[in-house]
Amino acid sequence: MTTTLWLGLIAGILFGVLLQKGRAVRFDKLVGMIRLRDMTVLKLMLSAILVGMVGIYALFDLNLIAISHNSMNVGGIIVGGVLFGIGWSITGYCPSTAFGALGEGRWDAVFAILGMLAGAAIYAELYPFFKSTVLAWSDFGKIGLPEALGVSPWLIIFVFWVGTIALFSWFEKKKL
Amino acid sequence: MKLKNDDGSWNPYIAGVLLGVLAIVSVFATTQLIGKTEYLGASTTFVRAAGLIEQTIAPGHVAANEYFTKTKVAIDWQFMLVLGIFLGSLISSLSDKSFSSKGVPPMWSKEFGPSIAFRAVAAFVGGLVLILGARMAGGCLSGHMLSGLMKLSVSGFVAAAVFFGFAALAARIIWRKS
Repeated sequence: MTTTLWLGLIAGILFGVLLQKGRAVRFDKLVGMIRLRDMTVLKLMLSAILVGMVGIYALFDLNLIAISHNSMNVGGIIVGGVLFGIGWSITGYCPSTAFGALGEGRWDAVFAILGMLAGAAIYAELYPFFKSTVLAWSDFGKIGLPEALGVSPWLIIFVFWVGTIALFSWFEKKKL
Repeated sequence: MKLKNDDGSWNPYIAGVLLGVLAIVSVFATTQLIGKTEYLGASTTFVRAAGLIEQTIAPGHVAANEYFTKTKVAIDWQFMLVLGIFLGSLISSLSDKSFSSKGVPPMWSKEFGPSIAFRAVAAFVGGLVLILGARMAGGCLSGHMLSGLMKLSVSGFVAAAVFFGFAALAARIIWRKS
């Protein structure tokens, strides 16, 4: 196996351990989050984002890594986001947690994974249609919030930290 | 604040901080060792896996498909990441005895009953719709939200809001009884 594949596998195993230890692969936790009853998964994700954004921008400022944004395709993200949200509320797993759920024995994830494979195959067939319709509406390209707002990334990170810590303390107060 | 619960699970804030560290180390390691910066994500892997499966039946069809060509049907870093998630979760759940062979989640059972067939169909259909959306949007919770927000991508903020907003709305409509 190449270095690339080994790095992926090692990162994946650690990712899987952390998601499982945080109980973020569990259906009841993922659906509990969107039913606004149990914020376990959101606490985990936002904590990871708080730490990750500082590290990523520190490495970027030191010229050690590149930052490549995902495309801000308006039609794709809005229509795709609606479909994602609806599908998520039914299947209860997302692409990474479905494999994690299967790893801890929750085998209904097999059907979620098969559905995702079928959906991916269908998307590949319909891609020319989506490309000329939904994806063609408006595309701002690979933009970051700092450039879009014309401010320092560290200002955004600071505001994000303050907002998220406030959200965390609210979650704890409400025992979510 | 407890670091570890009685059932072996970790405090989600602690697991999250460690996941953040993992994301940083992984971004740095891939850049340094393979010259390509890899961010955590998962949904593209389903396209590659679907392509690999289709290739065994109709290789010409896959080669002629624009999306498969653009995505490059091969086992890559992210593919191994997704397989690793399965292994990591397996190791972790066996080590703290939280592994349990179950086909119907407790919350699902409360609302829709214990039917395995109904749960299987719903999991399949939901998964299908979800991945159509993820590919259209260009990412899932990991790629768009987790990695996108770390990078401060505009798309990450918009996707996180739309994903959560519509999932919460759909959940309100679907889950009525319990």
